[in-house]
Amino acid sequence: MADKVLDAKGLNCPLPILKAKKAIVEVPKDGTLEVLSTDPGSVADFQAFCRTTGNTMLEHGESDGVYRFVIKHTG
Amino acid sequence: MSATESNQKHMSIIVTKGTLDWAYPPFILATTAAAMGVNVTMFFTFYGLALLKKDLDLQISPLGKPDMAMPIAGMHMKMPNMVAMLPGVNAMATTMMKNLIAKKGVASIPQLREAAVDSDVEIIACQMTLDLFEMKKEDMIDGIKLGGAATYMEKALSSDINLYI
Repeated sequence: MADKVLDAKGLNCPLPILKAKKAIVEVPKDGTLEVLSTDPGSVADFQAFCRTTGNTMLEHGESDGVYRFVIKHTG
Repeated sequence: MSATESNQKHMSIIVTKGTLDWAYPPFILATTAAAMGVNVTMFFTFYGLALLKKDLDLQISPLGKPDMAMPIAGMHMKMPNMVAMLPGVNAMATTMMKNLIAKKGVASIPQLREAAVDSDVEIIACQMTLDLFEMKKEDMIDGIKLGGAATYMEKALSSDINLYI
């Protein structure tokens, strides 16, 4: 279970990233943030976000048009 | 967040356009860069200054835009200039664009601008443009600085990315 869940479904670029950035600082260091999104662009964007900010993408997947990312707060 | 003093990246954007469509690229890039730990400066000049007004009245014009194809009823509509020049067309196109933006979950410009301010994006308004178009700093949002070309150049020279939009 993630420390925090962000529901970004229905939002388009760049809102899922902006909201995730706000949310992850509220997660303790080494804690996890789960993000749910329906924006297909968020798949590439969240990986780029993690690479750039030093956070760790633990899991990502898709089911029924909803993308799910689990990000560890390491950045 | 992760960036330390030594590897902090900087980006500057010159914002020259104040229409509803062209307001998006600078604000999207500025807010996203800030979210990714980049230190951002936006320099608003000429028509771009319209984006800093407290009361935003952003419009879009289909005139002279053969590349503007609005999705309508499963088709894409391009407007001939003969039609685009008629009174009321800008207002109609603006309403259509705003509806589309809301429907697709795209952020509004006030929302993105607020996010830019909240994430400490440095906002500089061009002093010369204010004088030229007789605009007042009091009509602009709070927290902006005034400056000129030299102020921008100093930022640009120490930036990793410089964009002109």
